[in-house]
Amino acid sequence: MTAVSGSAEPLTPAVLEIDCERVAADIVAALERIVTRELRRRGAVVGLSGGVDSSVSAALCVQAFGPSHTLALLMPETDSADETLRVSRVVADALGLDTVQHDITPILEAAGCYRERDAAVRELIPELTDAWRWKIALPSVLGTDSYRLFSLVAEAPDGKTVEVRLPAKNYLAIVAATNFKQRVRKMIEYYHADRLGYAVVGTPNRLEYDQGFFVKNGDGAADVKPLAHLYKTQVYRLAEHLGLPADVLEQEPTTDTYSLPQSQEEFYFSLPYDKLDICLYAYNRGLAPASVGPAVGLSEDDVARVFRDIEQKRRATRYLHLPAQLVEQIPEIPGSADPAADR
Amino acid sequence: MEAELRSFLAENFLLGEELRTLPASASLIEAGIIDSTGVLELVGYLEEAHAIVITDAELVPENLDSIENILRFLETKRNSGPAA
Repeated sequence: MTAVSGSAEPLTPAVLEIDCERVAADIVAALERIVTRELRRRGAVVGLSGGVDSSVSAALCVQAFGPSHTLALLMPETDSADETLRVSRVVADALGLDTVQHDITPILEAAGCYRERDAAVRELIPELTDAWRWKIALPSVLGTDSYRLFSLVAEAPDGKTVEVRLPAKNYLAIVAATNFKQRVRKMIEYYHADRLGYAVVGTPNRLEYDQGFFVKNGDGAADVKPLAHLYKTQVYRLAEHLGLPADVLEQEPTTDTYSLPQSQEEFYFSLPYDKLDICLYAYNRGLAPASVGPAVGLSEDDVARVFRDIEQKRRATRYLHLPAQLVEQIPEIPGSADPAADR
Repeated sequence: MEAELRSFLAENFLLGEELRTLPASASLIEAGIIDSTGVLELVGYLEEAHAIVITDAELVPENLDSIENILRFLETKRNSGPAA
């Protein structure tokens, strides 16, 4: 989609306001219909990450299926922040959910996740040891039309930081290895779903879903994704409406994937979520950058850059949304006749 | 040099037919030839094949977003002396 027109009225953050009671009721009704009637499952598995999306998803599942038919999974690994587990437990307790905890570190070790990842990092920073902390970072999209290339940011135990541009080979090796984390978690979720006859609930919000911020067959895999139509701002509003603990509402979105704290913004998105929500909303409606700038505190040029970044990410991640493509259609099998229908 | 560049793009991204008909002025990103990871690969290839260092300031579409932009950029780099 291209931004083609101006807007008669200036855009404000109020455009994302929702009737939380109605939205929650609609999602609960959809969950009941999809899971019990279409999927023929009798409950839901939700992996809790300590973040707002998985917490809201779990709360809605409790409303749809009851706490006795909603399983909360905690799946920390060695790089997970301590807060992840603590907040996840607070949420589970508030919702009256039993939890099952799997520390996935041994599986990741056996799969070579850490070994392959660290080898790719040490090719670039040979002096790096296990005592260092590091992450992948992207420069800001604002103020420049430069390509944004990933860099590796590492912090030594003495506080010294090293930043190097990531060659493609190392970047792909690091991402491929760390993607084991999301895929192992999904494997655990489906183990419990199979054991209990439950459906697996995916927890992306609209930003993540639209912009391909997920691992194919990792956190991107699920039987139902109840929040994929809601902007992140709206998920926070739902969290408040559902009475989720303050610990969740105060959580900044992070990737919780690398040893140095990493915001979603510096790894993937171009802006903080509240601003990007408004930009995506405006872009989806073909609004001109000039009409969006005041609502997000950005210049017209910067909004145009964000729009280009949105479109570029859609192009780059299209394949993540596609199911396995067939050489010939099989009309007898629902969902396979038109591959686009599965998106 | 254009043939070499087209050959790299065709072989690296398995896009032989598309590359043959792609105008030299076409945006590689908008044509779907490369994405952000592809830019990383392109930069790595140019640095290695042409023994140059591409600075952060040079990572702009005017230098890298089309075959003709890349060729012009390489010409500028060659005329500016040895790599930093």
